[in-house]
Amino acid sequence: MAAAYRWNFAPVFENADVLWAGAIGTLRLFAICVVLGFGFGLVVGLGRHAKSRWIYLPATAFVEFFRNTPVLVQILWFYYALPILLPFEISPLTAAALGISLNSAAFSAEIFRGGIESIDRSQAEAARALGMTAAQAMRRVVLPQALRRMVPALTNRGIEIFKMTTLASAVAYVELLQQGKLLASLNFNPIETYTVIAIVFFLCLLPMVQATYALERRLGRADA
Amino acid sequence: MHVWNFAPVWANADLLALGLLNTLKVTGAALAFGIPLGLVLALMRLSPSRLLAWPAVAVIEVFRTTPPLVQLFWFFFALPILLKVEMTPYVAAVLTFSIESAAFFAEVFRGGIVSVERGQWEAARALGMAPRQVMRRVVLPQAVKRMIPAFLERAIELMKTTTLVAIISYADLLFQTNEVAQKTFRPLEVFTVTALIYFFVIFAASTVVRGVERRLAVSGEGMAR
Amino acid sequence: MTTTPLLRVRALHKTFGDHAVLRGIDLDVMPRDRIAILGASGSGKSTLLRCLNFMELPSAGTVELGGQAIGRAAPGKADPDRRTYDQAELTRVRQRVGMVFQQFNLFPHMTALGNVMEGLRTVRGQRESEARARAQVELARVGLADKADAYPARLSGGQKQRVAIARALAMDPEVLLFDEPTSALDPELVGEVLRVIRALAEEGRTMLLVTHEIGFAYHVANRVVFLADGVIHEQGTPDEVLKHPTQPRTRAFVERHREFDF
Repeated sequence: MAAAYRWNFAPVFENADVLWAGAIGTLRLFAICVVLGFGFGLVVGLGRHAKSRWIYLPATAFVEFFRNTPVLVQILWFYYALPILLPFEISPLTAAALGISLNSAAFSAEIFRGGIESIDRSQAEAARALGMTAAQAMRRVVLPQALRRMVPALTNRGIEIFKMTTLASAVAYVELLQQGKLLASLNFNPIETYTVIAIVFFLCLLPMVQATYALERRLGRADA
Repeated sequence: MHVWNFAPVWANADLLALGLLNTLKVTGAALAFGIPLGLVLALMRLSPSRLLAWPAVAVIEVFRTTPPLVQLFWFFFALPILLKVEMTPYVAAVLTFSIESAAFFAEVFRGGIVSVERGQWEAARALGMAPRQVMRRVVLPQAVKRMIPAFLERAIELMKTTTLVAIISYADLLFQTNEVAQKTFRPLEVFTVTALIYFFVIFAASTVVRGVERRLAVSGEGMAR
Repeated sequence: MTTTPLLRVRALHKTFGDHAVLRGIDLDVMPRDRIAILGASGSGKSTLLRCLNFMELPSAGTVELGGQAIGRAAPGKADPDRRTYDQAELTRVRQRVGMVFQQFNLFPHMTALGNVMEGLRTVRGQRESEARARAQVELARVGLADKADAYPARLSGGQKQRVAIARALAMDPEVLLFDEPTSALDPELVGEVLRVIRALAEEGRTMLLVTHEIGFAYHVANRVVFLADGVIHEQGTPDEVLKHPTQPRTRAFVERHREFDF
């Protein structure tokens, strides 16, 4: 029986600053993608809800395309293919942010649309009967109610976005996994390095995941 | 103004076709292992015995709360050293994605089983059925029908997730795309074609799923969504 | 002549959390007894019934089936009356005690015949042909031979409940437990189910019936048990309890249900 592996985490902790730089990069990318993804997703979601074909069809095409292609393909397309069409370089951050944001926008568009449509039409009608315009009815009556219901799904989406940031390592963006790759190859200790990376992600995401469970339970009760 | 030229792409269509085949291979293998493993995990999770439930919860939570790429790296780079075995990209991929998808399938199974109303369980027990018989004859048959749409959606997710194997140099469609792009110096055309291939395959699969959902809803056996 | 009670309940207690539902029930069920269990909502009628086939586990007290106490005494420091119950034994008990539920609980993925056969095939291990033949007999007994191949979704509430009764009968139970069998039915469908139960009573089947149908209880039962506050407040023959109750609470309960003309 061969000797068991001797774990040694020291080299990992000695390079904590390297990992910290990666963590900053992860958080930066995460923040950008959440803001852009949800923001644009809301616009597209409203577009999907629109009556005019000129708005509805492009919105649908966008959602269908970006939901049915893998994020990694999108990121690599933005990094390798888009620069050919444009007169300037695309940085790893830009490529990753574009890919993940547009992907998330497509998924969150469906969440927004579902949330809006789940609010009884009578609510919008009552608002219109009071004299509100369609936009006011949406803003003051429908969206506030819809947002409550959408929070669990949106939190889930947020968790997925956080996990997707690791894909940016494929274009060498400095995020946590990328730094892990660096350390693992420098110190020849993939086991400890990747174990630490996994634990860091787990500890960051677990609170979000637990919060989602709690939210789903509370909303389930409140809606009844 | 860039002049599009797809000819080099068609010239290397065989490489891309091989990639697509490998993508389907990995997805298929991960599904074949992931679904049964997901059922096992779900049953363990539902078991009253803590010895079974806790490990199941641990596996499910860990694999749902860590990024798949980190898991893949761990299985490809770290595990072979720990176990002193050879590791190929294919084995690492199937191993990672079987367990990762099983963690998600377990939640789908559990949701389906729990959604079968208590009265069914009680009626079967009242007849004198042992718990295993209740599960097999009464609860699971009803649960599975309701879970089919969620399953199919998860399977499609899996097809998208397996693109990660390109990063560890498994010759799936994405990896081949990169190879062809470097070979032909036409990344725009090649990546665009690949994106379209993925789109059409996955879109077709999604459409099938939506059709199944609709038919199940009409027959009254689907879950209300 | 003394016969062993088919079912004997002694000092039965059942507490949910800090809510004591059953506070000490003693009951003997003799062969051929048809016992109607009456009481207000929350009096513990269903809980008592469900303890008899261990759908609820008693917090204290014993249930004996055919002279044998179910479960094992396992006295602890905090609880000297504690009993533990073994799943396998409970499964065997339920093969001897049949239950009909308020919500029918038919298996929707099987036909009526399939439902009735299920116990025979899976629990008794009978062959398909044997189980089928027996199931057809039971379905005919409840008047639904022509609905053998129908799925529950296509049956009315009354038909569903009759299939549920056939399903329980197919197992040749020593005791039948009816948990408010007609409470979930539209009024015009109640009669067909009560007719079936009455026929079973006249055959001499041992049964306990939790019901709101006081008039029916009067005609079908040979004993009436009135539950209040988790104990048996009064019991006796239907005449004694329903026509000439001695306890004021029983009287009040019967008064409230005056519209049932005996």
